[in-house]
Amino acid sequence: MLNIESKENQPDLETGMAKSFSRRKFLGVMGAGSALVVVAASCKKTHIGNNNGGVDLGSGDIGVLNYAYALEQLEAAFYMQVISTPYSQISDMEKAYLTDIRDHEIAHREFFKAALGSKAIQALEVNFSAIDFTSRTSVLGTAKAFEDLGVSAYNGAGKLLVNPDYLTIAGKIVSVEARHAAWVRDAITPGSFADMSAVNAMGLDMERKPDDVLAIAGAFLKTKINASNLPTS
Amino acid sequence: MNLQNILTEIENTDPEVYDRLDTRRNAMKSFAKTSGKIALAAIPFALGSMFQKAYASPTAPKDLILDTLNFALTLEYLEANFYIKAVASGIIPSGDSLNSLTVIRDHENEHVNFLKTAITAAGGTPVSFTASSFDFTAKGTFPNVFSDYGTLLAVAQTFEDTGVRAYKGQAPNLISNNDYLTAALQIHSVEARHAAHLREMRKMANLLVPSGVDVKPWITLNQSGIGTSAVQASYNGEENVTQAGVLITNIGGQNISAAAASEAFDEPLSKEQVTAIVTPFFA
Repeated sequence: MLNIESKENQPDLETGMAKSFSRRKFLGVMGAGSALVVVAASCKKTHIGNNNGGVDLGSGDIGVLNYAYALEQLEAAFYMQVISTPYSQISDMEKAYLTDIRDHEIAHREFFKAALGSKAIQALEVNFSAIDFTSRTSVLGTAKAFEDLGVSAYNGAGKLLVNPDYLTIAGKIVSVEARHAAWVRDAITPGSFADMSAVNAMGLDMERKPDDVLAIAGAFLKTKINASNLPTS
Repeated sequence: MNLQNILTEIENTDPEVYDRLDTRRNAMKSFAKTSGKIALAAIPFALGSMFQKAYASPTAPKDLILDTLNFALTLEYLEANFYIKAVASGIIPSGDSLNSLTVIRDHENEHVNFLKTAITAAGGTPVSFTASSFDFTAKGTFPNVFSDYGTLLAVAQTFEDTGVRAYKGQAPNLISNNDYLTAALQIHSVEARHAAHLREMRKMANLLVPSGVDVKPWITLNQSGIGTSAVQASYNGEENVTQAGVLITNIGGQNISAAAASEAFDEPLSKEQVTAIVTPFFA
């Protein structure tokens, strides 16, 4: 059993991305091009790292789980926006699947938040200004990038974990991300579910170091992430 | 030499030492039995053998890794041989369908080669199988596996979903070696991509899909989406909605159905479970 924290730290809706999202929507200031606003003041346990002044993911297994939590926050926020403002001529099946994926990413995000408890990093602010949510090409292209990135991130993070139970949890999530990636790829180009841009000549999927993942994900995050305390092997 | 002090010292260092040896009382008994009448000088040896019992894992790390890689290689041989026959069967529609199964076949062959090389490099002996090692009818359960397209896709989907669960279950056995663990994870997610694609192929072809069941790229509850109970063991347990003690359904006040909660996490299978599933496919 994953036992990072006791039950005292159940998900706090006041700091959750979902809340900030709906609040923003409620305020009627949602623009596809602007960043989400979150209540940063509530992150009482977040350390400010001395590396780049960003949100410190922490060290050891906790740091790796926070790294995953950061990525899941990004993905969940993206799909929430996709379903909130569907692109033109979205098919019923695409909408159903993208809704499924949104729910999976929210489940992942909330899981990490609950499991990490007081050790969880704050809700992150995202920046989707580069995404045109009215365009199928832009949305699915971004989804493909996020899912492939997520797969490579989990694949690269497995070895950073010490506790085998956390490794199993990461394994339970990464294969679902790979299923997402395969479907999104096929939706863009039929038959591209595992083409040469995803799988190398040895039949292996990609794996990336946290720094490389965050360099890519960082373009979609307003909040800076400090991964300098993560384990490196 | 004060035996009591030594044991206390060990107990302080490793509070679980007696769990490893059943109980403290049994440990003392077992130690007394073996060392009761031996000379004082021999005690360290007696202690040594007791520690071996307590600390030696049933399989040493290197052997565990090699066993795990060979188990993976066995599954890859099964899949590779299946797709070789599938692609050659002549019943797969040309175009996207045949192209996809060819891509998957090639990946499985690459996995076989990769694992063979890895096992050899690690000083092990790779297991070896040939086409005649397999019975893809699973002892008559799927007599038309290479003559009925729906059956072929159903078996393919089951192999991939099972493979994903198998790698997931074995990953902790590789945690002591970064390179093998990472490679196994890199194979694991490719199998998941295959599984997702095959599930979509089955949905589109609408063959052997039970009425009222929506086959999706992800696994909903314990639904195989296949109109036979013969594959059910590969899906049992996937309905799990509690992860590490955290209930995922409606987590954090979010509207997450049990179906979505089960889809969001794939579940591992043990080596024994996987072996039971694939054994009928070996001749």
